[in-house]
Amino acid sequence: MTIKVLDPGLLTSVQDLGRPGYFHLGIPVSGAMDRFALRAANLLVGNDEGAAGLEAVFVGPTLAFQTDTVVAVTGAEMPVKIDGEVKPDWTALPVKAGQVLSFDFLAAGARIYIAVAGGIDVPAALGSRSTYPIGALGGFEGRAITAGDELPVGQDATKPAAGKSVPEGLRRKSPMPVELRILPGLYDHRVTRESLDRFFDEEWRVAPEADRMGYRFKGGTPLEFIEREQPFGAGSDPSNIVGSCYPYGSVQVPGGTEPIILHRDAVSGGGYFMIGTVISADMDLIGQLQPNTRTHFRRATMEEALDARRQRAAMLDRLRTALR
Amino acid sequence: MKPRYTFGGDEHLFVEVDEEMSLDAFFKSLSMTRIISERGIDGITEICPANASFQVKYDPDVIAPEALLQTVQSIEAEAEGADPVLQTRLIEIPVYYRDPWTHETLMRFRERHQDPRASDLEYAARINGYDGVEAFIAAHSGSPWFVSMVGFVAGLPFMYQMVERERQIQVPKYLRPRTDTPKHTVGYGGCFSCIYSVRGAGGYQMFGITPMPIFDPDQKTNYLKDFMVFFRPGDIVKFRPIDRSEYDRTMEAVRRDAFTPKIREVEFDLRAFNVDIKGYNARLEGMINDD
Repeated sequence: MTIKVLDPGLLTSVQDLGRPGYFHLGIPVSGAMDRFALRAANLLVGNDEGAAGLEAVFVGPTLAFQTDTVVAVTGAEMPVKIDGEVKPDWTALPVKAGQVLSFDFLAAGARIYIAVAGGIDVPAALGSRSTYPIGALGGFEGRAITAGDELPVGQDATKPAAGKSVPEGLRRKSPMPVELRILPGLYDHRVTRESLDRFFDEEWRVAPEADRMGYRFKGGTPLEFIEREQPFGAGSDPSNIVGSCYPYGSVQVPGGTEPIILHRDAVSGGGYFMIGTVISADMDLIGQLQPNTRTHFRRATMEEALDARRQRAAMLDRLRTALR
Repeated sequence: MKPRYTFGGDEHLFVEVDEEMSLDAFFKSLSMTRIISERGIDGITEICPANASFQVKYDPDVIAPEALLQTVQSIEAEAEGADPVLQTRLIEIPVYYRDPWTHETLMRFRERHQDPRASDLEYAARINGYDGVEAFIAAHSGSPWFVSMVGFVAGLPFMYQMVERERQIQVPKYLRPRTDTPKHTVGYGGCFSCIYSVRGAGGYQMFGITPMPIFDPDQKTNYLKDFMVFFRPGDIVKFRPIDRSEYDRTMEAVRRDAFTPKIREVEFDLRAFNVDIKGYNARLEGMINDD
């Protein structure tokens, strides 16, 4: 069966849990920005957690179903409608052939995840169905979906049952203002101590240039570099380094002015220094930030990062148990 | 050259082998990544080599960060003793310098350039002390280049010129990045040349264009059937200037999938190279021209 795209929304793409293993050749992991939300949507409809679903940012798509099935929508708060009637989110919803799934305006968060029993069954590319549009790789023809597309749906869901719901405590609301925990390091020795302290003290806001590649922030004071003669091959700006790898979640600050946190579709490397890296437990949250969201960066230690990681894993276990 | 170790969050170990770029740093980095990879350490999920640094992605649920750090540090001494010898590919890349497509693009973004009245090639030739564009192209295509990193976007090679440091070409990036760069543009930034694998934003100076596909997500190109990305770190590249008619002929061959790059298997020895750079490069050139 297929799902017909009547309206794609603003930018909607097929995503699963990503394509690890090719970053050394410049191909990023891609996959859902908010992995927890995608996992939840899949579990609700009886899919494997890593099945491919749709990720839509800010504006939901309008989709027509051609057979009876079960769908679930998780992530951002955006009222779900079936044939115009509002339905609960974070819940497995029955859909009949001919019915239309659509959305009202975004209330909070940034990205919704739509899972369909069986998963979106586009061909896997390098082991993943995630869309990497810059490389025209994966997803539906290597691009975001557009009106008229017919999305293939798989058949390997295990007895999808409508009615299941994610308990309130396991649905993450986007807290305001947001706090993102950063493990300082990488090239943070390039800026003065006072400057780095200020970076963590000040309030920043998500800039309009925030997408799957990276989230830019503004509003804080430009960083002050420690003077040095630039190393051979690094380039003349004090924020330049000899081109290196960029970790996922790394915080680069070109020219010392506006920090950019690299996300799932990250460029794999380049010549901008980085002052640290967002801890893995806070990566999903970035995917739910709207432009202008007030944000504080907080210093974290490795212990805190690992502890937060364990808490996220425990939350995922609770989700699995709740939806078993 | 004292490597510096730092963590990129809880999932990456980042190793800066040297602050500045050199073939020695690149080789040391390559040796370390090779040994780490051969060890098959549990919990390491990916190793990404860069120019003078590298990154190890790991799963902290499998290997503790401190344990990984100690393991990688212990490999440093072993890499120090490794022979700087590489079995690799020598590849000829045809380049149409001063092509109309990058020229049209650079004219559109002139206000973002250091020298709006000159072309990127004229500017690069002047600031590097060359007597005109011809002499500059002769220098760019006259020596081989090491692929020291593949990345930024899918399959884009960064290449380091294999000449004495005094002779190395250096050109700053654009003042502000362009929003457009033709696919297959041969670019330049800092001391690195590159080939844009896809169309898109970019800040490197634009010198020309190659007709040779280097990234094919559909894997239909005959020499990209096994893998969609052509370049590997450690490849040696030799640019060969071509004119418009050869460019058009090659593009036609590419369309018929009748083009295959000229490739030779070679052994590169950094010690022998450092003793006689000119002679070593002449031998490499002889090998690629040896039909």
